[in-house]
Amino acid sequence: MSDRDRNDPGSANEFMAQACALEAEAAERYAELAELMRAHHNSEVAELFGKLARIEGLHRDQILERMGWASAPDPATFRWQTPEGPETTDFADLHYLMTPWHALGLAEHNERRAAEFFERVAGRADLSADLRAVAAETAVEERGHVRLIQAWQARFPEPGPDWDEDLDPPAAVD
Amino acid sequence: MTEAATATIPVPSDYKSNVKPVWCPGCGDFGVLNAMAKAMARLGLRPEELAVVSGIGCSSRIPAYTACYGFHGVHGRALPTGTGLKLARPDLTVIVTGGDGDGYSIGGNHFLHACRRNVDLTYIVMDNRVYGMTKGQPSPTTETHWTSKLAPLGTGINEFHPMAIALAAGANFVARGFTGDPNGLADIIVQAIETPGFSFIEVLSPCITFRPEQKDWKKTVRHGNLSSTADLALAARQIFSDDGMNLGVLYAGARPPYRPPIGRGRVAAADLAAEFRI
Repeated sequence: MSDRDRNDPGSANEFMAQACALEAEAAERYAELAELMRAHHNSEVAELFGKLARIEGLHRDQILERMGWASAPDPATFRWQTPEGPETTDFADLHYLMTPWHALGLAEHNERRAAEFFERVAGRADLSADLRAVAAETAVEERGHVRLIQAWQARFPEPGPDWDEDLDPPAAVD
Repeated sequence: MTEAATATIPVPSDYKSNVKPVWCPGCGDFGVLNAMAKAMARLGLRPEELAVVSGIGCSSRIPAYTACYGFHGVHGRALPTGTGLKLARPDLTVIVTGGDGDGYSIGGNHFLHACRRNVDLTYIVMDNRVYGMTKGQPSPTTETHWTSKLAPLGTGINEFHPMAIALAAGANFVARGFTGDPNGLADIIVQAIETPGFSFIEVLSPCITFRPEQKDWKKTVRHGNLSSTADLALAARQIFSDDGMNLGVLYAGARPPYRPPIGRGRVAAADLAAEFRI
């Protein structure tokens, strides 16, 4: 079976490769979003996405160190049940006026999806007990991240319903 | 450790340039850039073996964001430019990109004849059914009844049907992808590049600024709902009963691509100029 055809890991090594790819893609995407927000002069959210990129990069590096690998596998070589890796932010969910509260909402959604992914692997009866144990351990870690992000988000006020109102909209046609 | 973790194979980020996109946050075109980079990495193409050609519009900025040969051409003329490049340098993999206005209105006639000629190109159209760069005018694929400040009563004109037209005009590969599924779109781009002849990919690419309702495409697209066939009649039947939200490969034919006979080979510039002397 090639990497392209694999839906679920067959060994602990493969599982860790998948986990590493997931974190690597999430880090890369957050870094792209930080650049994007910087280009649109939303420096507060740019800084926050930059922080999230560094955090996900640390998670990737922890796996690399634990496994003794030099680089993360290409996330594109894995099949996910989500359009991209479960911890990767969808570009479509962005807005140039979004606030840190929104950005952390996206991050929480990503962490939750990652936890669900690992919980699903942990629940697979056809996988080895060792692999399921590693998956369960990782799922618990991701649930911890969900709570951390929720606490982080609570430090910002929830924006009102008119948060995306722009008094000088770039899209004005009249 | 997996092969993927050890081998020095190209990764998608290798195909992105250092120029940062200025598309609106939420724009679908980011998904196309990512899908293209994933497809290029999967095919293991070297940057010098690859050229991305475009016309004018938001989506046509894409050559600047890719790390390979690029040509940001003039409005509606991406296909003739790409065709010329492929004929002159058949060794290159040529990807032509653009939007629905550039490809179906200003460049509409080139689209027909590029399909008919069947030169070995891949044409990716990021269709958001609006002219985004010039602030929201209806495009050829805008729905008849869509209203805006610039078209308060709607266009009242039937929309263009690119996949049906591509099929009828002779494209050898016709597919539809969605920017919200970069991995699925990358699969389609790989197939398009690997299929000889003219490959056309319609990509549903939401314009968050002028068509915010297109954010709902994420919920309305149907993945893998088009069944790939090499039977033109079956493909035609399928596309005429399609509502524009079905994704996948519609048609993959076997028509040989047009390749001009090998001519004189390299010719001195002075000899070429002599042919045009009055």
